[in-house]
Amino acid sequence: MEEVDVEPTITNIPALRRGKHMGFAWGQGNIFVYETLFKATGATGSGSPFIHEVRKDEDIYSPILRKLFNESHHIFVGLQTIREDLPSKNKKPQFVSISKNYRSVIRACMEELQQVAVSTKNAEMSVQYGNQVSILLAIELIWNLCEVLFIDAAPAGSLLLHLLDWVRLHKADVDEKARDVLQSDSPAEHRDYWDVVVSYVLQGRLDEARQMLGKKATLTPAANNIFKMMDNLLSKMPFYNPGGTQTLTEFDVKWRHWHEEVDRCLQDNSFASNQHLEVLCKILLGDEDTLLEHKDLLGTWYHFLVSRLLFCHPTVKPTELHYYAQSCMTMFLDSRSAPEPLDSILLAAFEFDIHQVIKDCSIALNNWWFVAHLTDLLDHCKLLQSHNLHFGSNLREFLLLEYASGLFTHHSLWQLAVDYFDHCLEFGRVYLELQIERVPLDTERKALKVLRICEQRQMSEQVRSICKIMAMRALRNNRLGSALSWSIRAKDAAFATLISERFLQDYCAKGTFSDLDLIDNLGPAMLLSDRLTFLGKYREFHKLYGEKRFKEAAKLLLSLMTAKIAPRSFWMTLLTDALPLLEQKEVIFSADQTYELMFCLEELTSSLNTPSSDSDKSMQEEDVELTKVELLRLALSRNLAMAIVKEGTVET
Amino acid sequence: MENINAKYVSQKISKTRWCPVSYSSLQQPEVFATGSWDNEDNKVSIWSIGNHNNSGLEDGFEGDPQILCEHKHGGDVLDLQFLDQERMVSASSTGAVTIFRYHPNTHTISVLQHWARAHSYPCDNAPCTALVCSSPEIVTVGEDGRIVVFRADQEGAVRVIENADSSTIHAVTYLKTTEVLTVNSIGQLKLWDLRQQSSSPSQILSL
Repeated sequence: MEEVDVEPTITNIPALRRGKHMGFAWGQGNIFVYETLFKATGATGSGSPFIHEVRKDEDIYSPILRKLFNESHHIFVGLQTIREDLPSKNKKPQFVSISKNYRSVIRACMEELQQVAVSTKNAEMSVQYGNQVSILLAIELIWNLCEVLFIDAAPAGSLLLHLLDWVRLHKADVDEKARDVLQSDSPAEHRDYWDVVVSYVLQGRLDEARQMLGKKATLTPAANNIFKMMDNLLSKMPFYNPGGTQTLTEFDVKWRHWHEEVDRCLQDNSFASNQHLEVLCKILLGDEDTLLEHKDLLGTWYHFLVSRLLFCHPTVKPTELHYYAQSCMTMFLDSRSAPEPLDSILLAAFEFDIHQVIKDCSIALNNWWFVAHLTDLLDHCKLLQSHNLHFGSNLREFLLLEYASGLFTHHSLWQLAVDYFDHCLEFGRVYLELQIERVPLDTERKALKVLRICEQRQMSEQVRSICKIMAMRALRNNRLGSALSWSIRAKDAAFATLISERFLQDYCAKGTFSDLDLIDNLGPAMLLSDRLTFLGKYREFHKLYGEKRFKEAAKLLLSLMTAKIAPRSFWMTLLTDALPLLEQKEVIFSADQTYELMFCLEELTSSLNTPSSDSDKSMQEEDVELTKVELLRLALSRNLAMAIVKEGTVET
Repeated sequence: MENINAKYVSQKISKTRWCPVSYSSLQQPEVFATGSWDNEDNKVSIWSIGNHNNSGLEDGFEGDPQILCEHKHGGDVLDLQFLDQERMVSASSTGAVTIFRYHPNTHTISVLQHWARAHSYPCDNAPCTALVCSSPEIVTVGEDGRIVVFRADQEGAVRVIENADSSTIHAVTYLKTTEVLTVNSIGQLKLWDLRQQSSSPSQILSL
């Protein structure tokens, strides 16, 4: 067996007493634990009668995060329908915009969670919301970086600009501080003033830095010269323009010129009179020690990385990133503290090791949402090599299946999971077939929704199974019509036969049909099962009789017996029904028909007289039977006589 | 194409209904009610799209629907109808029929009347699938094939037609004030005359 990547976390079940043993059973996405009867020595007290359900993923039950799942489902489905035949370079902007969509959904959720975390009075909930917010922040950070490095795949030059955007987006406190400073009476004398200026410069926001510096400059006219010099340096810093005509090499040359000019200023001690400006100058030169002195302003090693690249090597190539990333991380973090999961994930991203990123994220997060959607998007960008996992499917499909299976356990989100399974080509259908039968069906409306899903995908087994469940339930509640309509829908002949039997039994017991509205309007569904056909035709016979269309009724009755549609047990009833027709003044059954009736009667009586017929019939019942048979024989003979005479007569 | 606003509300909505406005006012309705389904805890909620809270919005911008109030609901909301401007009736998957009252001044919803087993099987609950109102009369139908007539001001059911249908009745509507039309799961329309006391429909139409 392979080694585990991380130590498994331990969860304590508070209600179970010490010293007792736990039994367990796997559920879908959860595990049931209970106390067994085993008594270890020293264990006292009575057992706990409860079953505990332990769930790993609490997130799908959060109402706010639910929006994340719904909206991202929408984006996911849209992504799958992008046409495959376009060349990849046309598709890249589409993929980038989809990635941005996902991220904006994460941000929207985050903002809402933040609002609730602040406004809730329940301290525990506040903490929980706060945790969710930080997880979402981390997720968005990682996704954004993946978008920059993998999906957008910016080349050298633009790469740094994108990384700058990335850092700026995730360091919002600069704007807050700046606002505080600007709103104060004397911004240039605010204690955070220089922090704001340095932060702006570290993020490459030189225009804003210059504006800020201008305020100080007006306050100290004596130092006007050096402020002007700094302003000059800041304004001349070249930034690569990807849409422009300048090539990367030309930009590099220009940048080096500027760098040398800044260096000259420092060597000349031009800023010696103002230590803040001198610090700024060193930062512009990319001096590592100065940068590291501002750890608190940078906040994170990746900010340090981007700032360092901005001022040392703005033409950094994607392949060179990981050298810088590794060294920056080492320089920034204390050697004592272990890197956090987020740090190793980001580092793996800088190393362009997509699989490592996905693997680390899967371990760190308790929900497959992030890895499933990100992997799917990367797979569409054709960035994942097809890795054959031990279980046969590729990585994308594996993650999507895990995520969707988790969704299926939710009482409401199962409908989303269906679409995810649809887009897993190898195993999706099998998973769906197994899961869809386990959706609880409380109302017919929900059952119909589930059925529609199955019918659209030609899952006939599941259709039959669901219809049978609904039919059984209807039968249990004595709703025969409902049960019959479900079995007709399922084309389940066996069940239809069962229900028709019930109808016929009801008829024998009560003498009338119940649920005539159903039986009268069966239409072609009648042919589903023999018994059902008989039921329909028998009812038709009664109708014809009621309308006094005796000849047709007689023909129908006979055909029911001769065509063997009627079950043998019912023949006696049919023959008894024939009696009134035989007793009519007018001859209804022809001679041939009468012969056939007699044949049927003889068949019936011969089978009744065999010794194997039930011997527990009472004497009275046997008498009744015999009388009936006698009456029939009499009526049949009389009819025969009249029929022969009638047919033999020539009308003149 | 006109602006389409989409808002995710973290619940599956089964029915939405505009709140009827008084005939004298010529305005479009601004308040609507929704009922949810397929949740562990379902709710009936009232929303507003009027701009009365946000004066800063530009003209022509339809505001996001804002939730005004909500009330928990046992079982899925299978149908929701307004009885009048303030009262609405819901049909539940537990077989219950409930009248809610919306108080626009305090933005609260209270339960006026609750018939817990309007529709049921002998030993189980039967979902109430649809209802239709013509104040003060409410006609409900359910999976038990029963048609029940209530009056908003009376405690018990006014009339129950047992076994109106052998299969599930899916919907009901008024044809005239004394006649209702129901449709069942095998595609039959049945016309019922409520003035008559018989338990059989006056007409059956097959689709």
